[in-house]
Amino acid sequence: MTLARHLGAALVIAVIVVLLSIQLSAYRDYQLAEVAAYLVAVAGLTVLIGLSGQISIGNGAFMAVGGYASALLLTHLGWNLVLILLASVVVAAAAGAIFGVAAARLRGPYLAGATLMLAVALPTVADQFQHQLGGDQGLSVAITPPGFLGGSFPPTRWQAWVTCAAALITLILLANLNRSRVGRSWRAVRDDEIAASLSGLNVARLKVLAFIISAACAGLGGALLAVVTGIVAPGAYTLTLSIALLTAAVLGGLGTLPGALWGSLVLVLVPTYLTNVGSSHGLSSAASSSVPIAAYGVILIVVMLVFPSGIQGGLRRLFGSATPMPPVLSRRRIPFTALRRPAPGRENQEEGPS
Amino acid sequence: MQEFLEFTLGGIATGMIYAAIALSLVLIWRGTRILNYSQGGMAMFTTYVAWLVIQHTGSYWAGFAVALAAGLVLGSVLEFAVVRPTENKAPLNAVIVTIGLLILLEGLAGIIYGGQYRSFPAAFSIKGLKAGSVGLGISPNDVFTAAAVLGAAVILALVFRYTSVGLRLRATAFAPAVARLLGVRIGRVLTLGWALAGLFGALAGVLVTSSTFLYPNSMDSIFVLGFTAAVIGGLDSPVGAVVGGIVLGVVLSYAGGYLGSNLVLVYGLAALVLVLMIRPTGLFSSGVTRRV
Amino acid sequence: MPDAAALTIEDLVAGYGQVTVLQEVTLAARPGTITAVLGANGAGKTTLLRTISGLVKPRAGRILVDGIDLARRRPEDITRAGVAHVPEGQGVVTELTIEENLRLGGLIRSGGAARSAALADAYQRFPLLAERKRRLAGTLSGGERQILVIARALMAAPRVLLLDEPSLGLAPRMVTQVMDLVRRLRDDAGLTVLLVEQNARSALAIADHGLVLNLGKVVAAADAATLSADVALRRHYLGF
Ligand SMILES: Nc1ncnc2c1ncn2[C@@H]1O[C@H](COP(=O)(O)OP(=O)(O)OP(=O)(O)O)[C@@H](O)[C@H]1O
Ligand SMILES: [Mg+2]
Repeated sequence: MTLARHLGAALVIAVIVVLLSIQLSAYRDYQLAEVAAYLVAVAGLTVLIGLSGQISIGNGAFMAVGGYASALLLTHLGWNLVLILLASVVVAAAAGAIFGVAAARLRGPYLAGATLMLAVALPTVADQFQHQLGGDQGLSVAITPPGFLGGSFPPTRWQAWVTCAAALITLILLANLNRSRVGRSWRAVRDDEIAASLSGLNVARLKVLAFIISAACAGLGGALLAVVTGIVAPGAYTLTLSIALLTAAVLGGLGTLPGALWGSLVLVLVPTYLTNVGSSHGLSSAASSSVPIAAYGVILIVVMLVFPSGIQGGLRRLFGSATPMPPVLSRRRIPFTALRRPAPGRENQEEGPS
Repeated sequence: MQEFLEFTLGGIATGMIYAAIALSLVLIWRGTRILNYSQGGMAMFTTYVAWLVIQHTGSYWAGFAVALAAGLVLGSVLEFAVVRPTENKAPLNAVIVTIGLLILLEGLAGIIYGGQYRSFPAAFSIKGLKAGSVGLGISPNDVFTAAAVLGAAVILALVFRYTSVGLRLRATAFAPAVARLLGVRIGRVLTLGWALAGLFGALAGVLVTSSTFLYPNSMDSIFVLGFTAAVIGGLDSPVGAVVGGIVLGVVLSYAGGYLGSNLVLVYGLAALVLVLMIRPTGLFSSGVTRRV
Repeated sequence: MPDAAALTIEDLVAGYGQVTVLQEVTLAARPGTITAVLGANGAGKTTLLRTISGLVKPRAGRILVDGIDLARRRPEDITRAGVAHVPEGQGVVTELTIEENLRLGGLIRSGGAARSAALADAYQRFPLLAERKRRLAGTLSGGERQILVIARALMAAPRVLLLDEPSLGLAPRMVTQVMDLVRRLRDDAGLTVLLVEQNARSALAIADHGLVLNLGKVVAAADAATLSADVALRRHYLGF
C-alpha cells in the first residue's frame, strides 16, 4: 500500500521535474542535476547514521569509487548509461562490503576514525595509478543525450532527468526499506544493541548491510555527479566532500529522507552564494572558496548544540507533529551517577559469548 | 642493510610525530571518552600561528614557543566553549561536533591564510647524518623531533605520576564520579586535558611541517596516522600511544621504502583495519586484565 | 531547632529519569551525632545519600549543611563544603595505588603539611593500609577496600560523613572495629554521621537517632533507643 503511494508521489514529482527542467535555464538544470546527485549520496548517509546508528566520515570515498567506476566503464567498455550506473552501484557496494565487514565490529570513535582515514587515503590511489586513473587530471566522462531526443536537446536537461530519475528510485527504495523489517531491526540495533542481539537479531550483519547500502548510494551519487560534471579527479573527492555530505545529513535532520533533500539543496546552492559573499568582501579566490568550508563547521556545531533535529525536525514542529530529537542523538554519554567507567573496550566492543 | 638502517631510523623519527598526535588523542579520550577528530585541524592552526610569528620575528624558537602556547589556549577554549555543552548528550553529538571543529578550523585557515602551500622552517639542519661513511637516513632535525616528543612525553609521565594535578587527571580518567565525590573539579581537569592535548598536537604540527608543507589540510594525513597509532596503542594508554607511534612509523617506513611511498596512507589504513579486526582494544591496552 | 542542626533535609524529592524514589524526605541531624538510616532493600537509602552528595539532582526540597543550602550544587562543590560520601561497594579507584587513593581524598585540604599530616594519621589509624600503600588498590580484598574508602573520606577532614553500608562484606571483627571507629569519629572529632546500614541492630547500637525509610518515605524517626524498643516497627521494617 505504501509502495503504491510512494510510486504515485514519485510519478507526480517526475512530471513536475520534467516540466520544471524545460522551464529552467541550462545552469539551473545543471544545479538541479547536482542536487539530485548529492541527494542520492546524502540519503544513503542519513539512513546509515539516523537508522543504524553508525557514522561515516568517508562516504566521499565511495562517491569516488562510483565516479571512477563509471568513467572507466564508459571509456573502456562503452556501456550504456543505465548499465554504467548500475555497475557503479555494485562496485561501490562491494567496496562498502569489504570495508563494512571490518567496520561492523567497531563503534563510535573507531568506525568514524576508520572512515575518516578512508576519505583521506583513497585519493592518493589516483596518484599511484597515473595511467589507469589519470593522476591529478582525472578522467573525463562524456555522456550525450540519446539520439531520439534530437540533436539540439540541451545536455543539462537530459542530465537533470537522469539524475532526478535515479534519485527518485533511490528514495523510494530507501523509504520502503525504512518501513520494512530491516528498517525496524536497524532501529532496534540503534536503540539498544544488546537487547537487539538478545532478541535474535544478527547485529553485525545488520550493521554491515546498512554500511553497504550507504556505500551503494554514495557510489550512485558519485557516478551521477561524474555524469553531471563530466570529469572525475581526486581533487573532487577530498575529506571536505565527505564532511559536506555529513553536514547535509545533519542539517536536514538525521534519519529523515526529506531532510536529505533540504541538506542537498543547501549543499548545492549555499557554497556558491557564500563564495560570492566572500569575494565581494575583498577575499582572494582561495580565501573565499574556504568560506563554505568554514560554514560546514559552523553548521555541524550549531545544529548539534542547538537544534539537533535539523531542518526537517523544525518543519515537523512547525506543522504540529513534534519529534523532539533524532533517536540516535537522544541517549546520554556517561551516566553521571555511574561510579565507575566500563573497562576500556567494553563500550567499543561487542560482547561475544567468549 | 644500509637501506634497512635508514628506513628504521627514519621510521622512528616519523613515528614520534604520530606518537605526539596519538598522545593528544589519548589525553582527551581518557578523560572524556571523546575522540577529538579536530586534533589535526588544531595542530594545523597552531602551526599557522607559528609561521606567522616566524615571519614577523625571524626567530624559529619564538614561533615554536608561541605555537605550544597557542595549542594550550586553543585546546582549553574549544573544550570549554564547544565540547562541554555535549557532555550529557549522545556520543554521536560529540563526534559530529569535533568533526565540525575540524572543518571549521580548516575553513578559517583557508580564509585567513589562503590555500597555497607554504614552506615551514626546520629547527636544525635537515642534511642527513652519517656514521663514518654510512648514511643514517635521519637528519639533526629528525633527532630533535624525536627528542622533543620523547622529552615532552617523559615530562607528561612525571607530571601524571608525581604531582597532584597528575593524580587528578588520572582519577578523572579512571573514575570520574569518584573523583567528583572527592572534590575534584572535573570540569577544570577536563579542560586541562584538552589544553595538554592541544600542546602535544601543536608540537606535532610544528615538528612535522618542516618536512612537508603548510596548508589548510596539511595535517589530515598526519592526523589519521596518529589516530592509527593511538588505536594500536589501545587509545587509553599514554605509553601505548608512544609505542604505537613508533611501531607504525617503522612499519610504514619499511612499506613506503620497499613498496613505494605513494600509498603510505593506504598501508596505514590497512594497518588500522587489521589492528581493529584482530584486537579492537589495541595491541597494548590493559583491557584484558582490567575486566575483572 | 533547625538552626542547631549540622545537616537538615527538608521535603527532599529525587529519583532517576521518570521514577521518583525519595518522596518528601525530611530529617535533621545535630552536630556530633550519628543518625542511622534504615530500611529494606530498595527503600531509597542509597538514593538519599547520593542526593545529598549531589550525584543525583533533587527535584525539590532543601539540603542545609551548617545553614547553607547545597541542593542542586555539583558533587565536587558539596564535598568541598564539608560533606564526605563513602559510596556503597566499588568506591576505590582500582588503577591507582592505595597511597594515591588516600592522597586523592586529601587534595581539597589546603597546604602540603595538612595533607601529609592527614596521610600519616590515616596510616596510623589503619596500619593495614600503611603496609600496602604502594600496591594498586585493585589488589585489595573487598573488606580492605571498604576500609580504604572510609580512610580516604576522612582525609578531607569532613564535618558531615555519609556512610553507605560500611559493614558490607566485612568480617564480624572488622564490623565491630568500623562501628567503633564511627563512634570515635563522633566523640573525638565531633563528626556528624549519616549511617546507612542493613544491620539495623549494630547501627542502632552506636547511633543517637534513627530514621526508617520505606518506598522512599520516612515511616519513623526517633531516638535510637525508642526505635530499638518499638517491637512492631522492628518486626515490620527492620527484621530483628
Ligand atoms: N540508577 C538508577 N536508575 C533507576 N533506578 C534506580 C537507580 N538506582 C536505584 N534505583 C531504584 O531506586 C530505588 C531505591 O534504590 P536505592 O539504591 O536507593 O535503595 P537502597 O535503600 O539503598 O537499597 P539497598 O539496601 O539494596 O542498598 C530502587 O527501587 C531502585 O531500583
Ligand atoms: Mg543501598
